[in-house]
Amino acid sequence: MPPDSSSEKPPPAALVRHREEPRGLFGRLRGAMEKWTLQQGGEALEKRLERLEVPRNEYGVDPFGFDLEFAKAALGPVLWLYQNYFRVETHGIEKLPKGSCLIVANHSGQLPLDAAMIGCSLLVEAEPPRVGRAMVERWAQTLPFVAPLFARIGQVVGTPENCRRLLAAGETILVFPEGVRGLNKTYEKSYQLQEFGLGFMRLALECKVPIVPVAVVGAEEQAPALWDFKAAAKVLGFPALPITLTLVPLPLPVKYHLHFGAPLRFEGSPDDEDAGLERRVREVKAVIQAMLDAGRVSRKSIFF
Amino acid sequence: MNVLITGISGNLGRGLLRRLHKDHAVQGLDRRPLPGRPKDVEVHQLDIRKKKVEELFRKGGIDALIHMAIIHDPRLPQEEHHSFNVLGTKAVLGFAARYGVKKVVVLSSANNYGPSPRNDNFLSEDAPLLGSQRFAGIRDLIEVDMFAQQFIWKYPEVETVILRPVHIVGPTIKNAPSNYLRLERPWTLAGFDPMVQLLHQDDLALCMEKALRPGARGIFNVVGPGELPLSRILGELGRTPIPVPQFLAKPLLTRMWQSRLTSFPAPELDHLQFLCTVDGSKAQRELEYRPVHTLRETIRSVLIGG
Repeated sequence: MPPDSSSEKPPPAALVRHREEPRGLFGRLRGAMEKWTLQQGGEALEKRLERLEVPRNEYGVDPFGFDLEFAKAALGPVLWLYQNYFRVETHGIEKLPKGSCLIVANHSGQLPLDAAMIGCSLLVEAEPPRVGRAMVERWAQTLPFVAPLFARIGQVVGTPENCRRLLAAGETILVFPEGVRGLNKTYEKSYQLQEFGLGFMRLALECKVPIVPVAVVGAEEQAPALWDFKAAAKVLGFPALPITLTLVPLPLPVKYHLHFGAPLRFEGSPDDEDAGLERRVREVKAVIQAMLDAGRVSRKSIFF
Repeated sequence: MNVLITGISGNLGRGLLRRLHKDHAVQGLDRRPLPGRPKDVEVHQLDIRKKKVEELFRKGGIDALIHMAIIHDPRLPQEEHHSFNVLGTKAVLGFAARYGVKKVVVLSSANNYGPSPRNDNFLSEDAPLLGSQRFAGIRDLIEVDMFAQQFIWKYPEVETVILRPVHIVGPTIKNAPSNYLRLERPWTLAGFDPMVQLLHQDDLALCMEKALRPGARGIFNVVGPGELPLSRILGELGRTPIPVPQFLAKPLLTRMWQSRLTSFPAPELDHLQFLCTVDGSKAQRELEYRPVHTLRETIRSVLIGG
């Protein structure tokens, strides 16, 4: 608790109806979810969560709205997916550097569960444990319930300024340079990296942080999309509307493999022309593509 | 220092007077009287657009002008806003330049950036002022800010400071955010819970005092002790929010506004949905301003007297 709270005069009792935190349906649900998280993760997880360095104010929230207590509750279903449904296997997670870095990964599977799985691996397997701050689309800010959920679990709108600020604070950033182009692509393009944005490279050069390439193998098969219903997407204001085998993108119980590559360090001017950046971005892309190809060969099957 | 405060009779003005009175010779300019003021404080009861205002400056002896005679009453017609705020600002700043006032402090607002899903979490002073894109009612306030910016470049001999505070709250403040937080059952937008920054009125007065120091100039965001999700602020105050779906809220509030059932114009709903939070580190570095009140004190300040 902050030192200042004790020195405060209590306000007139008649004016304040004080509220116990976990209250009502939502409060109880949250309590139960938190218990579930700790049940699955056990004492080891509890110890890891305690080691997280999160700047928090007297209300337990960081300046970007990340709330560790809330995140603990939200981790329950993610952890279940991680351990039991997708049975995530990580390879080379020990290569993660200390301090801030940009994790750059391929994006696939219609729903951004690959981001959740990478985030979960950083919490439960990386050393030291850390919170991955994914850079999300601005569009997400306009979605009710999604917008505050993302903020509370540490996701941040992917503006360059936000990214700069987090890197300066020593945070780990998660970027999917393909964006929805990768996430919502149809099945015939699976495991083919789509066009990469250049923004992440500019930021890596400017903030002088390493890039950690990550290849996600498995997510591509969780919800194969046959067709992108572009006209309907436009009407609804969605970036894409993929039609999958199950119509809505319910994920199949595929097996996830997360391949972490060695950190890549680039030098140069962040104000370089696009052509100069594209060369470096192609390098990152090639590394991820190679890891993807190798990962697909080495896995036993899609589901096991 | 001899300080002239416009809009001194308002709630913010009186707070500022209390702070400055000890160390400075203060005089005021306001349409409204200022009952109960200290004996040595003279208040010129004048509209800032009147010719006689020039006489005040011509007499000389004013070292600093703090301009906070800005009205924002969404019920008033836009012409009145424009005339009082924009023409009034042009008039007093013009006199300040002509009659050798060395320091000008203009009170603007961080709300001029405008809440938007595209915003950075911490907007810096060079972010564009887009607030009127969705809320035409604040066009005049943006124009005041822009005019003051021009003034900085045009009159480099005057040390001009533009302050852009976040939502000001306080026991005597009656602006939209303070009034909103005083509601027992405030509306929220279902599924939205943006981070919000509040600033205690005393901390704003403190920042204005810091802005008077010789050498201080430029544009500064002014923040309080931090940012919190709106829900936490309402929880701290023991409120019971009513979550209203977004598609209902706007038409409903528009209707209520038209039939005078509410004092909140519908575009203010954006503040319940999107971020309009700023980076206050420049004022910390260059003005050495640090808020005194804690988060809890700042939030609860709306209760006292409310």
